[in-house]
Amino acid sequence: MPARCFDAQVFSRTQVADSIQRLTVRWPESVPLPHAGQFCMLRCWEHDEAPLLSRPISIHEVWPTGNDEPICQDGEQLDLVTFLFEVKGIGTEQLAALEAGDFLQITGPAGNGFDFSELDAGAKVALVGGGIGTAPLYQTARELAARGIKADIYYGFRDEPYAMEQYRGHFGTVRVATDSGRVGFHGFVTQMIKPEEYDLVLCCGPEVMMRRVAAMCAEKDVKCLVSLEKKMACGIGACLGCTCKTASGEGKSVCKHGPVFDAKEVFA
Amino acid sequence: MSDLRVDLLGQVLPGPVIAASGTFGYGIEYSEILDLGVLGGVSSKGLTLNPKYGNEGERLLETPSGLINSIGLQNPGVRHFIENELPAMRRALAGTGTAILANLGGGCIEDYEEGCELLCATDVDFIELNISCPNVKHGGIAYGVQAESAKEVVGRVRKVCTKPLIVKMSPQAEDIARMAAACVEAGADAVSLVNTFQACAIDLEKRKPVFNNIFAGLSGPAVRPIALRMVWQAVGAVGNAVPVIGLGGIATGEDALQFIMAGATAVQVGTANFADPAACQRITAEMDAWMDKHGVKSLDEIRGCAR
Repeated sequence: MPARCFDAQVFSRTQVADSIQRLTVRWPESVPLPHAGQFCMLRCWEHDEAPLLSRPISIHEVWPTGNDEPICQDGEQLDLVTFLFEVKGIGTEQLAALEAGDFLQITGPAGNGFDFSELDAGAKVALVGGGIGTAPLYQTARELAARGIKADIYYGFRDEPYAMEQYRGHFGTVRVATDSGRVGFHGFVTQMIKPEEYDLVLCCGPEVMMRRVAAMCAEKDVKCLVSLEKKMACGIGACLGCTCKTASGEGKSVCKHGPVFDAKEVFA
Repeated sequence: MSDLRVDLLGQVLPGPVIAASGTFGYGIEYSEILDLGVLGGVSSKGLTLNPKYGNEGERLLETPSGLINSIGLQNPGVRHFIENELPAMRRALAGTGTAILANLGGGCIEDYEEGCELLCATDVDFIELNISCPNVKHGGIAYGVQAESAKEVVGRVRKVCTKPLIVKMSPQAEDIARMAAACVEAGADAVSLVNTFQACAIDLEKRKPVFNNIFAGLSGPAVRPIALRMVWQAVGAVGNAVPVIGLGGIATGEDALQFIMAGATAVQVGTANFADPAACQRITAEMDAWMDKHGVKSLDEIRGCAR
């Protein structure tokens, strides 16, 4: 389904940690709801204002998913989509200044997300995230939970974990590592996870971490899906700025064919 | 409502705005975002005879009011385009008068000839010969700098080209007027200009150029005034003989009208598609609004009026 481009209204925006923001928008009925692993190009400045490009931000939460209690306002049921992002520069700074009621431009839903359609209800799944790479894994956990799969969570942060309180209840065990040792395991997530305990490992984070997780999974012959991040201009497969090389030598667009790939395809 | 139709080499286009090569995929990606039927045309991603992966390393860098790219003509090759992307493009454009420009770049003269022959056997409306890609050693820019080299490749392609032939020029040409004249002498039915400007950026942390090829192509509003000057020069040189299609940093209807007043027959919009995926449609509407407000009924009334 080709992406749409539309204006959406901010439902809420909160600061989650030092440079981490949570932005929730009212999703228009006319646009299909995104799913885990997809992303959108966000922009809350004019086309002739800096920065030139919109910002690709992953889907953190789609409400309702599964049996979520619908949220209603003025007798109307709302579809809410949340983005969790790190403030890094002049684009994300402007997104971080949005307030409820403001409008922003969204191009999406873009890309192919995590595909776990072939999993049966008893499947063992691990979600491995690092830093802001944990953002798309929350909706992933929610969609898995809606299918009766309680995924185990392995998240690594530099110093202070964030957006963790929401993992209570429907999910499997939650393990956190920090580089500094301030919270949880002192070290890397790769030291905690045993891929052989799982049927599927879904991973998003710094490339060095994903490569390590992918190699560990390959060693145990466990399927591993990774979500890649690249600079993008269009976000919908037109500019070919975010191409990654696949095992066959063919180039694929992270925005259109990804951002989720089988690790074997992109980390040869 | 003004008459925004443009007669380009005998084909009436529904609007003056053509989506520029490399910024609009094959049009299909934008089919749910804007009405492709208001566009004058869609120029395909730059095609080469054989598939190309494109460049390694960084491919994009934002600059003030601009974008530097080093894609390197990534494309599936002419044959794959003819079998897959072209039919999809036709389906997306069904029922519209929007033209398909097959942008052909890269390689040696023989590759240009063979690619052109294959494309001429299809239903594409125009061949846009790219002698101006700055990001591939043999991407065409070798032919785009010196008028004599351009004359050779355009002449050879002209002999096998049975479609209207547009030559896309580089701003790196030693002399824009001479280059335009050389292309027309060699048989170009029209020229389009400008492609991206050769640029450079350095990564301070790595103490190395950002792009593997060191130089890459700058586009966007930052280059517009220079592009307009070059279009002015090209119109001066060949405007009486062939249509000139203007491009370079156009982001609003007012920008586009400047190129028309400089004498351009039509315009192309590229980088603006990234800032606003509906840019081509918005720019067309803005041109219409300006013309309405000023009582201008058709583009013919104002084309070249600033000269």
